[in-house]
Amino acid sequence: MTNIFADFLSSLSLLNLGLAFSGVLAGIIIGALPGLSATMAVAILVPFTFALEPSSGLIVLGAIYTGAIFGGSWSAILINTPGTPSAVATTFDGYPMAKNGNGDLAMSISCMSSFVGGTVGVICLALFAPPLASVSLKFGPTEYFWLAILGLTLISTLAEGDNIKSLIGACIGLLMSMIGVAVVGGDIRMTWNISFLNSGIEIVSAMIGLFCVPVILDLTSMKGKHLSDSETPKNLRLKESFLIIFKKKFEAIRGALIGTFIGILPGAGGSIASIVSYGEAKRASKNKQNFGKGEPEGLIASETANNATVGGGFIPTLCLGIPGTPPDAVILGALLVQGIRTGDTLFTQQSSIVYTFIFGLFLATIIMLPLGLLMGRYAYKSIIKIPKEILIPIIIFLTIIGSYSIQNNILNVYFMFFFGIVGWILNRAGFKASPIVLGLVLGQIAEQGFVQAYIIGNAQENILANYFARPISIILVIFILMGLFLPALKKIYNRRKNAKIS
Amino acid sequence: MKLKSYFNKFLAILSLTLVSFSSANAGVTNIIPFGPGGESDVTARMQQPYYKSIYNDDIVVQYKPGGGGSVGWSSLNAEKGDGSVIMGVNLPHIIMQPIAKGEKAGYKTEDVNVFSFFHYTPDAILVEASSPYKSLDDLLNFAKSNPGKLTFSGSGTYSANHLLIISLNKKAKVKTTYVPFKGTGAAVQALLGKQVLAEAGYSTVAAKQGKKVRMLAVASEERLPAFPNVPTFKELGYNIVSGAYRGYALPKSASKATVKEWSDRIMKINSDPAFIKQMEDNAFVVVNIGHKDVKKFMRQQQKANKAIAKELGLIK
Repeated sequence: MTNIFADFLSSLSLLNLGLAFSGVLAGIIIGALPGLSATMAVAILVPFTFALEPSSGLIVLGAIYTGAIFGGSWSAILINTPGTPSAVATTFDGYPMAKNGNGDLAMSISCMSSFVGGTVGVICLALFAPPLASVSLKFGPTEYFWLAILGLTLISTLAEGDNIKSLIGACIGLLMSMIGVAVVGGDIRMTWNISFLNSGIEIVSAMIGLFCVPVILDLTSMKGKHLSDSETPKNLRLKESFLIIFKKKFEAIRGALIGTFIGILPGAGGSIASIVSYGEAKRASKNKQNFGKGEPEGLIASETANNATVGGGFIPTLCLGIPGTPPDAVILGALLVQGIRTGDTLFTQQSSIVYTFIFGLFLATIIMLPLGLLMGRYAYKSIIKIPKEILIPIIIFLTIIGSYSIQNNILNVYFMFFFGIVGWILNRAGFKASPIVLGLVLGQIAEQGFVQAYIIGNAQENILANYFARPISIILVIFILMGLFLPALKKIYNRRKNAKIS
Repeated sequence: MKLKSYFNKFLAILSLTLVSFSSANAGVTNIIPFGPGGESDVTARMQQPYYKSIYNDDIVVQYKPGGGGSVGWSSLNAEKGDGSVIMGVNLPHIIMQPIAKGEKAGYKTEDVNVFSFFHYTPDAILVEASSPYKSLDDLLNFAKSNPGKLTFSGSGTYSANHLLIISLNKKAKVKTTYVPFKGTGAAVQALLGKQVLAEAGYSTVAAKQGKKVRMLAVASEERLPAFPNVPTFKELGYNIVSGAYRGYALPKSASKATVKEWSDRIMKINSDPAFIKQMEDNAFVVVNIGHKDVKKFMRQQQKANKAIAKELGLIK
């Protein structure tokens, strides 16, 4: 215990505090710029950390990661574009809130929710890392397949209005997810002889196109301001935000727990965490009809979940040496270069590095709260104050830089514009971007899981058992069935009841 | 007035961010055609400090991922050939992709001007620590009495891991099932979670996972210094030496002098005992294939890979 306390003190050194502060600051800015993702932010900074002590280096990387995941919510709220893939679900309610003149409230709530999520994630990392890591090993191909299907059933909850159009949109997304060389089998599908497409549709550039370009086009073609002014532009609406979060404390914790849990599953990541958390929040909420129109509860669900994946994702990374999320892969590489071995021994033999790092991550989460609130206020005000004629070119400039820098490839920029125009046309026809992105994100996981489970089941000569007779699979299937049929059953039950009464 | 000051602040932040990104472009550029965090990235990172101390210049790692590396390789010859840019290359990728995908790969093996290979990660067969199989023979005996039931996880299709299983199936006359995953991380997860009975992976997996896994055989010429008790396939009677080789290429426009200079630089780093130690600790095997030997080595590899491609029915 005294050891851990010493680690805590060493994480509080002036150097580490300064590093955590600048890490969070840089992370927020990079995360807020669409296309410059958390992965990139961490990758750029890795060489600089080699000059530092291993634990200080880790603290910077963790701080940048935390900041970037939170920063992604800014562009989601202010210009309807997820700054990092993790902020997809933040656009659903964050942007409508900003449109209605509650942008400052949304920025503050998002910061507080990220704080709650980040804290829960770090606590789970500190206290339950080894047992949770073994849970992540229980997830085989079958479970990933069912998890993806569960995510796809959320389309019906995400749907604003037209169910059929959302289903069609999700199918378009699923088809898009199949483009490229299949991981299992190596077939080349729908690439039209463009070798760039061999690796499949690049999700971030598609996302920038689908979400942001329609906003730019609408801004240009319509009169009026980008976001309406807030009635109380002077303050941060801190009290109001705090009261909302406090009232929704159970929902916030639920979002954080969903985020942590999905974070520990390698390969799932923040985007799925935020979508699943959003879907569950909407399913359970009393204000269902307000979701998608600027409901703070939706924002809380998404932002608690995605920041919780930071702590969650470090669990398999540190315990198993298997990166939980793409930024974790970069950090794992940095650990290897520094000569730090991950795995069980990390927690016993090199525990002081681990605990200093975990405290550092917690420190970064705490620093993020005041820093994010303060910076968020400036970001919001500048977006409100900048005239449209200047704002639009800046956003276009950022989308181009962002999509180029994903893979240092100009083709990503062309694809971004292509998706933008397709997205705008579909938007006009009543197809929303979110089901398409959902299909795109979940399609690959569902397909790979299904085929791998089939191959393994075939080898065991019992394919059906491999899909349906595994404990976690059964739970997931029950959730899926409930999601699909409960609303319909409720309707029938209510109708019968009403018929009896009358 | 106020508006202007906000706008200025915004621009200042923006330009600061951009400057910090562009300033990372000093020194020579090493383009890794994969995302960050993989073996190609990690080994390039390990070279960075040695390059700096020998040549007093920075080697900056950039990423151009996509298509299992093909996006990078198909754009290599458009880069400057003055020696300011090199690109990571991998075997069997640059041989197998053009065979498996033909025109669709976007480049031909001959287009990639490889000047050296500096290490490889030997293929290996691993089982989870609690597995009843203590040796490769145990595993293959199970496969002989239960055709198709022995499952291997591995990274990707037509990858080094996949090719290992094809060769092993042929040489040991067994039928096994290879289950491709997206990346080594996912393949290890499947092994540790007992979704599969064994993994076709790399020696580096054993180094990373320590006591959680047992390496049954390794496809190197000699036993690895970090694993003196793990036999090679050759010792066990299967003539398999394979793995993922990593090296560097220059654009075709590079002069002979540039090629020689770069090859010498990489070989010089390779001769540093501290670098070799760091590589061996992580189960990377250092090889010194410079610009003089690289053509012959490529021909050998092409011959071996084509034989497997025939086995797979990719070529006649």
